[in-house]
Order: sequence, then C-alpha cells, then structure tokens
Amino acid sequence: MSEPVPHGRDQMMIRLERISKRYPGQSADAVAELNLDVKQGEIVVLVGPSGCGKTTTLRMINRLVQPSQGRIYLDGEDVTQIDATRLRRRIGYVIQQVGLFPHMTVGRNVGLIPKILGQDGQQIAERVDELLALVGLNPDQYRERYPRELSGGQQQRVGVARALAADPPVMLMDEPFGAIDPITRERLQDEFLSLQQRIGKTIVFVTHDIQEAIKLGDRIAIFGPDSTIAQYDTPERILAHPADDFVRSFVGAGAAVRSLGLLHLRDLPLPACERVEDRRTISEDATLYDALDAMLQAGVDELAVAGAGDAPPRLLRWADAIRARERAATGSERAATGSARSGEAP
Amino acid sequence: MTFIEYLLERWPELTELTLLHAQVVLIAIGVATVISVPVGVAVHGRDRASRIVLSITGAALTIPSFALFGLLIPIFGLGVLPTIAALVLYAIFPILRNTVTGLESVDPAMIDAGQGMGLSPGQRLRLVRLPLAWPVVLTGIRVSTIMVVAIAAIAAAVHGPGLGKLIFGGLARMGGANALNDVLAGVVGVIIIALVLDIAFLVLARLTTSRGVRV
Ligand SMILES: Nc1ncnc2c1ncn2[C@@H]1O[C@H](COP(=O)(O)OP(=O)(O)OP(=O)(O)O)[C@@H](O)[C@H]1O
Ligand SMILES: [Mg+2]
Repeated sequence: MSEPVPHGRDQMMIRLERISKRYPGQSADAVAELNLDVKQGEIVVLVGPSGCGKTTTLRMINRLVQPSQGRIYLDGEDVTQIDATRLRRRIGYVIQQVGLFPHMTVGRNVGLIPKILGQDGQQIAERVDELLALVGLNPDQYRERYPRELSGGQQQRVGVARALAADPPVMLMDEPFGAIDPITRERLQDEFLSLQQRIGKTIVFVTHDIQEAIKLGDRIAIFGPDSTIAQYDTPERILAHPADDFVRSFVGAGAAVRSLGLLHLRDLPLPACERVEDRRTISEDATLYDALDAMLQAGVDELAVAGAGDAPPRLLRWADAIRARERAATGSERAATGSARSGEAP
Repeated sequence: MTFIEYLLERWPELTELTLLHAQVVLIAIGVATVISVPVGVAVHGRDRASRIVLSITGAALTIPSFALFGLLIPIFGLGVLPTIAALVLYAIFPILRNTVTGLESVDPAMIDAGQGMGLSPGQRLRLVRLPLAWPVVLTGIRVSTIMVVAIAAIAAAVHGPGLGKLIFGGLARMGGANALNDVLAGVVGVIIIALVLDIAFLVLARLTTSRGVRV
C-alpha cells in the first residue's frame, strides 16, 4: 500500500495506528495491523470483498468494536480508551439497515440526540426541520410520519439526517445505499455528494461496490483478502495504477471507461464553439463519461459544452476527449502521492 | 326462584362480590408486573439466568391451585393475603416470559443504531428496548389476568374474597335453595370479569402502543 504523506497529526481528522481486531474464539485477525489516515473534510471509501474487515474497521472508529491492539486518534486526541458513549456523540453513524426507531416519528428520531444533549424543544424542532430540508425531505410533510410510512430511500435520508443531528465533524457510513434500487441509489449518491459540498464532514464510507467507491471517494482504501489494505489512493490513481494483481482484478475490466466518470467537462481545456445551434449541447457539470455516452447515443463526434452563467460555449470533439483522458491518466502518475482529489484540509 | 328473579333480588351482593373479585385480581396482577418486568429486564439476553428464572416460575404454574392455596395457609393464614400471594405466583410466569421474549426480539439493528448514536445502556433500554417490547409485555399481562380471574375463584378455599364464595357455597349445598343459582351467578360473574378485563387490556394496548409499531 502507498504510505500517506507525513502530515502533522492535527491535520488528520481520523488516524488508525496499527489497529488489529481478533474476535473472541477466532484464530485469525479480522483486521490486522491496519494504518489509515483520514484528512479533515475528505471522503474515504473502504472497499473490498465480503468478510475482509471493512465493517470491523469502521466500527472500531466509534468503538462499537473495541480494538484488540493499536490506537485510534480523533482530531489528534487519543480516543482508544475514552468513554465510548461520549465519543459516539461526536461521530455520526449510518448503518445499512438504517435502524430508524419504528415507534418514534421521523422528527423524534432525528431530534433524539439533541434532546439527550439537553437542547430545548424549540431549538430541537428547528434543528429537525433544518436537517430534513437538508436531506431533501419537506419537514411539514415528513416530520410526523413513522418510519414504516416511508420508502427505503426516504428512510435512508432520515438516517443520514439523524446521524447529522448533533453536527458531528465525522460521519461513518456502512453501505448506506446497499439495499436500494440502482436508480434511487444513483440519485442518493449524487445528493450525498452535493450535501457533502455544503457540510464538509470527514466521512468514512464502506461499500463493496467499486463503482460507488470511485464515484464518491476522495480516496479509496481497497482491502485485500488478508485483512490489510492493498492500496490506499485516489480513484484516478487506483484506476490508472493498481498496486498489484489483487487490486487490478478487484477494480476489474473497464477501468479506463470508469475513469471517464472522474473527469468533469468544466475542468478540460476546450476551444470555443461556433455554430452552437447546429450541435447537441451538454452541461459543463457532466463528466467525460456522460459526454462520450451522449455522442454514441446521438451518433455524433462533437458536442457543444454549455458554460456556466454567461461563459461562452466550448467545443468537445471525440478525439480531444480521448486525449484528455490519456493526459489525466499519465498526469495522475506524476501527482503527489496521497493527495486527495478535493476537500483537502486548508 | 328463577335465575332472573334471583339476580333481581341479590344484585347488590352479586355486584359487590364481582368487584371484590376483580379487585383482588388486579392487585395480584399489579404486584406480579412490578416483580416480573424488572426481573425480565435483569435477565434478558443472559441465557442461563433467564432459563433458571423461567423454569422456577414456570414450575409454579404446575402446582394445582387448590393445593397451593392450602400450602400457603401456614404462611399467610386465611383471607386476602394468601389469595393475593397465590395469584401473584401464578401471574408471574406469563409476564416474565413475555418480558424476556419481547426484550430479546428487538431487532439488533435498533440496538446497534442506538449504541452507535451514543445512547447509554440505560437510555437504550428506556428509549428503545422497552417501548419496542411493550406490546409483547402487555400481552403477557393480559394472559396472566385472564388466567388469574379463573384461579381467584378457588381462593374461597382459604376464605378469599370474591365470586368463589358463591360457587363453593352453592356446590356444598347442592339441591338446597338457590344452590344452583349461586353457582351459576358465580360462574357468569367470572366470565364477565374476564371479558371486561380482556377488552380493557386491548384498549390499553392501543392507547399505549405507538402508531409506528401498531399491527
Ligand atoms: N462479532 C463477530 N464475532 C466473530 N467474528 C466476526 C464478528 N464480526 C465479524 N466477524 C468476522 O470478521 C471478519 C470481518 O468481518 P466484517 O464484518 O468486518 O467484514 P466486511 O468487510 O464488513 O464484510 P461485508 O462486506 O460482508 O459486510 C469476517 O471474517 C467475519 O466473519
Ligand atoms: Mg460489512
């Protein structure tokens, strides 16, 4: 695995130092001597085959699983031994089964921790409405509903709102979109990314879907079969330069096509476009993947890229698209090791 | 005297006996609940402890009620006290068993979510486990109540209060004046109490169960 660049410890929101977990009565470690640094404001995705220790690693961060060995630091503080209940109130946790309390309304579920922390009713009510709106649910419509009166996707949003209730700097999410149909999942992923733009939490996200990892992660930790991390790097670099055969096979065929989804049209140097009215137009927020897909669908080899605001439209040609990807792949080779795609600590 | 005439003439006394009967049942159920729920909370999730407690309280149910009332005379004498003691003994098992089952059948994901969001063990019990187990606990209380309404009639053997007096008295004087009417009135009274309490518990369950988990 690639060693993270040495940062001051205070820049790391989460730091796992040689942590191991062996469950009672087991002969092998579920997680062995694992190191992981997560910078403030970044999304780190833990991905790997079933049973490789992703959930165990995640749950050691909020001490739902007590590590057998090693140290855990949260924002520079050693939290390996501190009171677990208090620690967990500083960390949002979203599980795959959502785990909303069925006997409480949506409002009470979301407001539970603020209430326990002793906030007054008015304050809690405002917070609940704010959070529901944040995750895209109309508070007036959903506040008084019970979880069973919601769809799976809506429950998942409430789960996220609840985890955000105490405004924790860190969020742990264990396959939050695992049990949701592909179309809704994609929408939730998009919303999740735009939500993160606004709230800038430090997020550790578990999935076994490499596609999801590539889409969401600033950095991805690929867990190998031996309960250690096979590669920890940005999605671009993992796609372009898998560390070993395991990672290569896990990332699978189609790595080049997938990497198209990481390149946004707005970031590409493109010439100005004339005769826009003759061409199909695509938003500059789209990715190269979307653009090539649109070209194939329409049977054209040029698209007009609409600029944001008053910016003039630009021209994307098929050949330029291919070259842009090529440049990105070789460019990331030279990029500094361990740098995240976005959301780095200031 | 026909049964109707009998009822018209004796209804003040019959009402009083019925109320006494219901009262003794409710006191016993109250005591049994106050004992069983905390014990259930203490032993749930611990296999050995709950097995031991449930075996002991379950064994009490197998003692013939007539014998149990008799056995309690040396300890509690005659009257209200041995009646309530015996009824409590019978009522404990269904409530305890349902408390344990109810607490243990709470979806582990709920507990996980509660623990993960920073609820202390006490808060998890109070805010998550108990409310979710409550409908099951209440069913246990209801079953105990119905059972104990019938057993309370036997309490007449230790001069306990209630409709048992009519039934036993009538049976002893079979053939005598109003003997059959006494027995009949006692039995009908027991059935009415059972029905009324059963309905009361259904209403209580509805009122005290969140709309989110109501079936
Ligand atoms: N409570 C437990 N007791 C004993 N062994 C456990 C326990 N929890 C997990 N394990 C074992 O530890 C290993 C890692 O489990 P973990 O749940 O962390 O995997 P995972 O990567 O999250 O897998 P999945 O993708 O299937 O969720 C597995 O071999 C599992 O069997
Ligand atoms: Mg898992």
